[in-house]
Amino acid sequence: MEYFLQQLINGLTLGSIYGLIAIGYTMVYGIIGMINFAHGDIFMVGAFIALIAFVAIITLGITFIPIALLLVLVVAMVFTSAYGWAVERIAYRPLRTSFRLAPLITAIGMSIVLQNYVQIVQGARVKPLQPVITGGYTLMESSDGFAVNLSNIQIIIIGLTLVLMYTFSQLIAKTSLGRAQRACEQDRKMASLLGINVDRTISLTFVMGAALAAVAGMMFLLLYGVIDFYIGFVAGVKAFTAAVLGGIGSLPGAMIGGLLIGLIEVFWSGYFSVEYKDVAAFSILAIVLIFLPSGILGRPEVEKV
Amino acid sequence: MTTSPPSSPGRVFSAVKDAALAAFVALALAAPVMGFQTFVAGTEIQLEPRWWLVGYAVAAVFAGRLIFRLVIGGDGHQPVGQKWFRRKGGRPIGTPDAGGLKFIAIVALIVAFSFPFLPFTDRYILDLAVLVVTYIMLGWGLNIVVGLAGLLDLGYVAFYAVGAYSFALLAQNFDLGFWFALPIAGILAAFWGIILGFPVLRLRGDYLAIVTLAFGEIIRIVLLNWYEFTGGPDGISGIPRPTLFGIPFDRSSEGFAATFGLDYDSQHRIIFLYYVILLLALLTNFVTLRLRRLPIGRAWEALREDEIACRSLGINTTNTKLTAFSMGAMFGGFAGSFFATRQGFISPESFTFIESALILAIVVLGGLGSQIGVVIAAIVMIGGFELFRDLEQYRMLIFGILMVTIMIWRPRGLISSRTPSAFLHERKQISAENVSEGHG
Repeated sequence: MEYFLQQLINGLTLGSIYGLIAIGYTMVYGIIGMINFAHGDIFMVGAFIALIAFVAIITLGITFIPIALLLVLVVAMVFTSAYGWAVERIAYRPLRTSFRLAPLITAIGMSIVLQNYVQIVQGARVKPLQPVITGGYTLMESSDGFAVNLSNIQIIIIGLTLVLMYTFSQLIAKTSLGRAQRACEQDRKMASLLGINVDRTISLTFVMGAALAAVAGMMFLLLYGVIDFYIGFVAGVKAFTAAVLGGIGSLPGAMIGGLLIGLIEVFWSGYFSVEYKDVAAFSILAIVLIFLPSGILGRPEVEKV
Repeated sequence: MTTSPPSSPGRVFSAVKDAALAAFVALALAAPVMGFQTFVAGTEIQLEPRWWLVGYAVAAVFAGRLIFRLVIGGDGHQPVGQKWFRRKGGRPIGTPDAGGLKFIAIVALIVAFSFPFLPFTDRYILDLAVLVVTYIMLGWGLNIVVGLAGLLDLGYVAFYAVGAYSFALLAQNFDLGFWFALPIAGILAAFWGIILGFPVLRLRGDYLAIVTLAFGEIIRIVLLNWYEFTGGPDGISGIPRPTLFGIPFDRSSEGFAATFGLDYDSQHRIIFLYYVILLLALLTNFVTLRLRRLPIGRAWEALREDEIACRSLGINTTNTKLTAFSMGAMFGGFAGSFFATRQGFISPESFTFIESALILAIVVLGGLGSQIGVVIAAIVMIGGFELFRDLEQYRMLIFGILMVTIMIWRPRGLISSRTPSAFLHERKQISAENVSEGHG
């Protein structure tokens, strides 16, 4: 029971990170219908910017953790957004009217570029960060001494995810930008006829996705304490899996999918084998898609003749 | 070359403004990641500012964007450089008519067959040629799935891996030679194509793409972790070399050199490998071209153009998709066997997603469904990759940039004409714009 609870907490934490990355995939897919393959690497860049910001802030002498955390969060979100914007501007906008496979190839190209760029400028070795946030709570302890721990990092990750999820759903549901995004999602041509700047809306979608990926990157850094230039690929594939699982194009779906993938991965490693955890995640993706082709919360695709 | 319109102050001003904006974005991009180098000192991680690097990057972007705006005049929406490559009739270069294509194909064949004996061909170039032809074969194999049937497969490397491991394991456990194992490996790969293809038949478009990607990763992870069977990360070594009707390529008295009264030269084996892969690749091409004229090939293309129409006309879409998947997989399996026998050693590291992406990039960059496009793209990508061998750590970066720029420059691929297999009155070249890309 205690072991189960502990795994549940770990799974929710990991799932939050996947969910935040998955939102970026799902928003971009919703609005322009393409897999932004470089998104996983945007997440990786976000983690690196967060690392640099952390070290810089500690060097500057700011030791009060909440302030430091907030500063890092803002810095990482702002600079990573620039990457999201630039990737869209360079690799996807020129191909907006092109056929579907062209932006997929430029996306894969962008992913290779980002990975190797970071590898060149920051080095290929893993970068460790000394634990910034320590401590936590022991929720319960079994008779044989197995304690269920909820660390402060986990609280921050889950809490921050909830806050961001709420903010973003409100942003999409209530603001004019959100309305513009939903309009572009439904019919880009009609939206532009009604005076919506489609290019700007799409750019902002990428910026929002990148900002969330930056938060996920910071969380990943805090949780594991080590990053390297290659973390983006695996995390990206799993987050995309999460987005598809939840029903691509749906914001709550991405979060649910992320949590499910996180839970599956953690429980599989906890009860079966660590080596095959990715196989479990991918197999479940395939099984869900075969029986539920549009994901959990996705709209079924209507075939038009 | 292009004749730039007369410079007016307004144009220069707007170009400078644009370049300044680009430089500002470059500053935002470069400031954190380039500006500070992280390094591990003892147990702590520290930063070292490198502002000069940011300065270079920003200056380079400013200058680059300014030159781009003033000389090429691209405003971002127009495909860059398209103007240069337009002929008078407005037809882009790379769309020769049917006769021209035949001529090019014959010349290419003659060059390919005489390649090992050309004066500049040394061991290094021949090795590179073997690699390029391997990718041409893989590209042609994937072209059946993506280019003809319109099914987006991001896990093609799985079949390459199945072929390679099938041969390696057959050779290790049953002592089979290359020529006996080759067809078995191909059949096994095709079989896996059906196994993986069957559950994904209901999926379309990007869902199919992501599930095939997942299958590719699953196969790699299983190969990596099933230690007793595949050797895990250590891989399989000591895979036998191919023989010419039982004649090995070594120094022994039964060896190739001794049998034919030649002086022993290690290059003989490379030349032999080159011809093996060339023939395998040509077989792939020949089978594809023939299949395109059979009902099954036409069904593939019809499926790519319109799946609903296909079903309405009584085409069994399930069988059509499965045959496309398994045909593509079979050729991938052949190429995998060849890869195993050439390297003599295989490990899961050779079958990562990047390999799938590279093969797909070759197919798309060449022009979906165009056989000659695959050849050109394979030479450009693999050859270009080797060209930058000395710049070791920069070459993947350059490779990525090349992928992005070629695609933006020519979204429909380097060869932008297609020859439809069904036609009225006469066979014609049509623009690639008129060919659908499929939804599967």
